[in-house]
Amino acid sequence: MRIKNHPILDFKHGRRVKFYFEGEEYYGFEEEPIAAALHDNGVMVYRESLKLKRPRGFFCAVGHCASCFMIVDGKPNVRVCVTPLKEGMRIERGKSRNPLRKE
Amino acid sequence: MNTEFLVIGGGPAGLSAGLKAAKYGVKVLIVDDGISLGGQLIKQTHKFFGSINQFASIRGIEIADKLIEQGKQNQNIRMMERTTVVGYYDDGSFIATRDDKSYVINAQRVLVATGAAERVVPFRNNDLPGVYGAGAVQTLMNLYGVLPGENVLMIGAGNIGLIVSYQLLQAGSKMVGVAEATSRCGGYWVHAAKLKRIGIPIWTNTTIVEALGDNKVRGARLAKVDKNFSPISGSEFEVACDTICLAVGLNPLVDLLWQAGCEMAYIPELGGDIPLRNEDMETTRRGFYVAGDAAAIEEATSAMLEGELVGLAVANSLGYKVPDYNKQRGRIISQLKELRGAEISQHIRKGIEKLKQTKNYA
Repeated sequence: MRIKNHPILDFKHGRRVKFYFEGEEYYGFEEEPIAAALHDNGVMVYRESLKLKRPRGFFCAVGHCASCFMIVDGKPNVRVCVTPLKEGMRIERGKSRNPLRKE
Repeated sequence: MNTEFLVIGGGPAGLSAGLKAAKYGVKVLIVDDGISLGGQLIKQTHKFFGSINQFASIRGIEIADKLIEQGKQNQNIRMMERTTVVGYYDDGSFIATRDDKSYVINAQRVLVATGAAERVVPFRNNDLPGVYGAGAVQTLMNLYGVLPGENVLMIGAGNIGLIVSYQLLQAGSKMVGVAEATSRCGGYWVHAAKLKRIGIPIWTNTTIVEALGDNKVRGARLAKVDKNFSPISGSEFEVACDTICLAVGLNPLVDLLWQAGCEMAYIPELGGDIPLRNEDMETTRRGFYVAGDAAAIEEATSAMLEGELVGLAVANSLGYKVPDYNKQRGRIISQLKELRGAEISQHIRKGIEKLKQTKNYA
């Protein structure tokens, strides 16, 4: 959910762009972190944990904690809290063990 | 890449150091792993207080804009965001990565101003989506305008817990309450009073024992704690919330300093393992400096002052002409001392005393 009225801040958002999460269409603002766009759309589970496959979501927002590793345009283990959103991106939940990318 | 002065971390400490050194001609490279520079300042909507520094009554976000702008305009400074320094090598070089590229960086002087990482408290389901660090909550709502949750429980009534609670109210969330494991609020009274006036409960001697919910947070179970911070059985109570925000302290990010072989000491008052350093913030490894939260968990004002001190020392030691070097250095040191003179900074003074008594204090 976006903040509507803020007493102090004036948010400067980028262009509204379409992206895909698990194949479904979503919208977010260009150049904001993918995590922010997903959170705005109510997506809370970003990956499953390595061993117990527990749901994991947003946590540290600064690229340190490994809780938000997702698959972005086929690339596994992308830290979506520090990766800017681009138009048409295809985002999938991170798997406990992500397949290695073929170069 | 070669530079005279590599600054790792573009927050208040790193930017201040870079600007100061560049002013006297030093070629500076500032790298930061965030989407933009500014560190924690870019999410601080509250006004700074204090009378001795030039930033009193200015909001953190405005300070960040000002410092970044000055950096952009300075021809001696190069700034790289979204760049992570991942390691230090024996030959004196650093490896940094940006997107899918990596860079080797060599520098004559290095400042590690990497800041801190948020601490986590152990409780059942603390990995459930909806349990967030306080810094992460600030990033979401103050930087990107996304409401972290509608009903928020805050864990920790130190300055960060209190300030972020108030910021959540400003953003439009409801605060369920603030739980604090010790017997009193650790933060400035003015921040606690703002919450109390609105009627937000602050539960002291209280901790969280479980996050409730399956795929996301729907509540929390809290309990009173005894003198040893163990939950008292029978004292549990539940609250409904969709977000649990952890503001339980920070750990200095000192990995690169460990890797570079700087001597460290465990000083809880300063946040845990921190590097030994002299009054100019130079570590036991020549040419390696530390400043800001990586040196001790304090605040942005002390980080900026420490950064300036480092910038000055770097310019001077590289042989650049620094008029009034001793006078400027003395002024910054006395400003830091004055800043730490307040009652709330008691632990910092104690920590610095401990640091000076360690065996290899330079």
